[in-house]
This record gives sequence, structure tokens and C-alpha cells, in this order.
Amino acid sequence: MNIVVLTKQVPDLVEGLEIDPSGKALDVASLRYILSESDDHALEQALLIKEKVGGRVEVFALNQGEARESLIMALAKGADRAVLVDAGLDSPLANHAAAQIFATLLRGGPFDLILTGVRAIDDLDGSVGGLVAGLLDLPYLGLIRKVEIGGDGKTAIAEKEYPGSYAAELEVRLPAVLGIQSAEQPPRYVPISRLRQVMKTATVEEVSVSPPSQQLLGVARLFKPEEGAGAVMIPGDAKEAARQIASLLFERRLLR
Amino acid sequence: MGNDILVFAEHFRGTLNDITYELLGKARELARSLGSRLVVGLLGHEVGGFVEKLGAADQICLVDRPELKEFASDTTKAILEAILEDVQPRLVMLGSTSIGLELLSLISARKGFPCFDNCTRLESRDGRLVATCQIYGGKIFAEVALPDATTLVAVVPGSFPKEPGEVAARPELRSIALPPVLPEARVTFRKLLEPPPGDVDITKAPILVAVGRGIQNADNLPLAEELAEALSGVVCASRPVIDQGWLPLTRQVGKSGMTVKPKLFLAFGISGAPEHLEGMKQSELIVAVNTDPNAPIFSIAHYGAVVDALELLPLLTEEVSNQATKKASS
Repeated sequence: MNIVVLTKQVPDLVEGLEIDPSGKALDVASLRYILSESDDHALEQALLIKEKVGGRVEVFALNQGEARESLIMALAKGADRAVLVDAGLDSPLANHAAAQIFATLLRGGPFDLILTGVRAIDDLDGSVGGLVAGLLDLPYLGLIRKVEIGGDGKTAIAEKEYPGSYAAELEVRLPAVLGIQSAEQPPRYVPISRLRQVMKTATVEEVSVSPPSQQLLGVARLFKPEEGAGAVMIPGDAKEAARQIASLLFERRLLR
Repeated sequence: MGNDILVFAEHFRGTLNDITYELLGKARELARSLGSRLVVGLLGHEVGGFVEKLGAADQICLVDRPELKEFASDTTKAILEAILEDVQPRLVMLGSTSIGLELLSLISARKGFPCFDNCTRLESRDGRLVATCQIYGGKIFAEVALPDATTLVAVVPGSFPKEPGEVAARPELRSIALPPVLPEARVTFRKLLEPPPGDVDITKAPILVAVGRGIQNADNLPLAEELAEALSGVVCASRPVIDQGWLPLTRQVGKSGMTVKPKLFLAFGISGAPEHLEGMKQSELIVAVNTDPNAPIFSIAHYGAVVDALELLPLLTEEVSNQATKKASS
């Protein structure tokens, strides 16, 4: 089973986000990047499949933020190949551009399964997985939480989430693209000692591709929601907040 | 490209989803100001009964086939593309849902139509369509002028009221030239998996104590459970807590979890990602506690406090117990 995992870096929301003077993009200097959370789950799911049925896991990352570090981490976790893709993308918001780059690299294979995170926090123009599937004319399933490979290695059985904690079991013919919501277990932890060891020996391949012509975006402006709009803010420390919330609940007859 | 607006009607387990009416209501408003026709794509098997509930539309493209009994994007996409070919709409509206998210990206890439996801506002300004989409966990909104081409927009459930879309009338049926043979289905539906049984039903609990990433680790869960007990409430959580396996799937509030409308929703350490807000914003009273003053949860909460949830939880449990004692003795 040849499994390709497509990843991208997204701004870490722990840091405050600032909008640049153009008003149309984030202030790149203020950003710290991390691996998109559901891409981390896609990698974990790929490793779980490999452990069960054998095969290879190849991880691709667009060169942004800490992409190289994320790829080394993927190798430390058990990936077989790591590819850093440099396309000189300036806007972190263009999934169509990202998907075109991935599709160009992957066209012709060989792969059985492409896994990627179903959503990223910066998805504005669709999701990478669905767009790659559309470009490569492959089937796509999103919001996947479990994947099993059929006995003949030609199909996968995937669980897709629906609202209300429902899910559907779907069978898909390979090759296919799956958008992973969460892996069957939380992404694995890599001890620092292992990571250090891999950093010394690992190879991250680099490929340069020309940026796609079409960016498809027409962002007129970015803006932040009004801070605390709607909420009455309770001032003071935790003790004071506890007192005020308790009396609010008492007034509203919510205490038994 | 013509001037029509096409709404993809979503249904699940024999019922039209609320998002369908939400889309229809907004589409009707836009159609009025743009002088557009409102066309609905209704795909499924034995779904003819839905037609009279879609009275907000001018026309319905009804495709009723056994292979559409359950949603599989591979088959649905092929038929929806044929409908788009025939209608040539300027705007295609879908839900940003389990179903809509697959169709949005697949069709956008295949047909070369621009698409925008996570839309929470859609309006016409001087004949141009402008969409507002939430990104970065709801911390930033992007305003986009829709290009002069067929554009797909996926709308976050709960963004528009559903009442304007609930019109009982029988719109005209529009026949569509479909490919005589559909491409062989590469995706097949096997079965529906029911929610796991045996746990409490959080949609029925009047008081919910919700925890998010700010709870930090499973060892801190008892702090929330103690408060829930003092309030006769139930503990629930946002996605990250469920993904870590700290609470069962039945306790998840949000897009793939439950939609709750309790009398009281206490949110501890929940930043308020759009996927979560979708499932709880209709609660009668929302009190949110988060260390980040910019957390989107404060934009929909009624009351907020910028303090550490872990510090607040035991203090609040104590205060609540004291109030209860006072109440009992008064």
C-alpha cells in the first residue's frame, strides 16, 4: 500500500493574528506556523494503515513556516519519505494553488491512497483533499475517522461523520483521496531523543515547482470580529468571576 | 453563465435538513434583488415528497434514482454537474456540511468554478454578490467579491434563519438532460452507523458544563464533573477533548457532534471554533470562560470572563454549593 500524505502549515492561533496594512492579508511577520491539526491526524492514520497492512508512507509539505521541522517529525514517527515542495506561494490562503501543485506532482502516481486533513483553519477556497481529487479525477470522501483496507488491497472501507454523532460506512475503490477528520488514535508522541537521532540522519527531499497561474481569490478585505461583541464581560480575578457567575445563575433560577 | 441561483437540497434519514431551508431563505432574498430565478437541485431516491416543501424555489430539478438512495459524492457529483451544465447558474449554494464539503471542492476543481467555504454572510451590493467567510477558527472574517463566473459557496449551518425558506407550495419541475449512463460508482454506501448508545443524551440536559482544549489534560476533567454535579448538569466538550479520548463521542457538541439548546451552557477553555459554535449558539444563556480576550466564543456568549478555567472551576463549584445551601436555609 503506497500512501501519500499531503500537509500544509497554518498560523498558530495561540499567537494573536494581525491584518497587514493592505487590509487583505495577514501580517506575515506576526505569524508563527504549525502543522495543520487534521493533517497531523492524516499522517497518524497513514502510519496506522502501514502498520496493519504494510507499505510506504510519503509525506509532502508545502514550504511554509516550520514545514521542514514537520517533515522531520513525520520521518521520526515512521514515514518513509519526506518531500518539501517549494512553489514560492506568497498567500497562505490559496488552496486551489496548493491543490494544483500537489496534483502536478502526483499525476501518474504511483499511489493507492492520498490522505490529507479534511479541513484547515485557513480554508477559504475549498479543501485541499477535495480539490486534488477533482483535479486527478479520483473519488473523494471527507470527514473520515476510520480507514480499513480491503483484503485484495483494491478498496478501502471508511467511516464518514454526519451530524448528531451518526456516521456512514462507505466503500471506495482505490486509488482515492480521503479527508481525515481524526485518526483512529491521537497522533503519536515522539521522544526528543528519537527526534534528535532522526535529525542527524534524515533526508528531506526538496522539489521546486513554478507557482500555478490561477489563484482564484478575490479577497476584498479581512476583518476581526468585534472583541467581546454581545458578551457582558465580568471583570476581576477568578474568585470575583466565580462569585459573579454564581449570583447570575442564582438570579436566573438555574441553581437547584 | 446565466443569472439563476441554484440551491443544492440536503436531506438525511428521510428529512430535509435545516440548512436547506436556511439556504432557500437567503437565496430567495438574493434572487429578488438580482432578478434571478431560484432553482433547487433535489437528488435522492423516493424524494418526490420533498417538492411541496420547497415552495421558496421557482423550479426544481428532481433526480430520483435508486443509486441516489444514500449520499455518495461520486454519483451525486456527476448528476449535479449535469444540472449545472443545464442551468448555468451565477451562484450555487451548498451547506458547509458533511455532504456539502465534498461536493464543493470536487466540482470546483473539475469544472474550474471558483468556490468559497465557511460563508456566514451573503449579500448583493449593486448587483454584485459579496460573501463573508470565517477563517482562522472564527478569529478573522474574509470579505470576498464573487467573480463574474459560476461560483460555488458553502454556507455554515445556522448562519441564516430557516423560516423564510419554509414555504409550502409546489414549484414547477424542470427536466434536465442527464447522461444516459452514469460513470461507474467508485464509492458505495454500506451502512449507517447509529450514535453509540448507553451514555447520557446531552441534547436533553437543561444545564451543560462544556470543556475545551483549555482543560489541558484528562486529570482536570473531575473539576468540570464536580461543577456539573453541583448544578445538576452534564459535562460535554468541544472536538479536541473528544479526539484525545477524554470523553466519549456522545458528549461532543458541534458540527459532527450534537446540536444543543440548553437553558445554560457554561463554556470553559473553549475558544469557539466555528464548528463548535454551530452546535451551541442557540443555548438560552451562554457563559464563557477563556484566558484569551479575543476568543471567538465571547462574540456569541451572553457573559464572559477572561480568567483561567482551571482556577475558576473549583471556585465556582464552591460558590454554587454555598448559594444552594443559602437557598435551602432561607
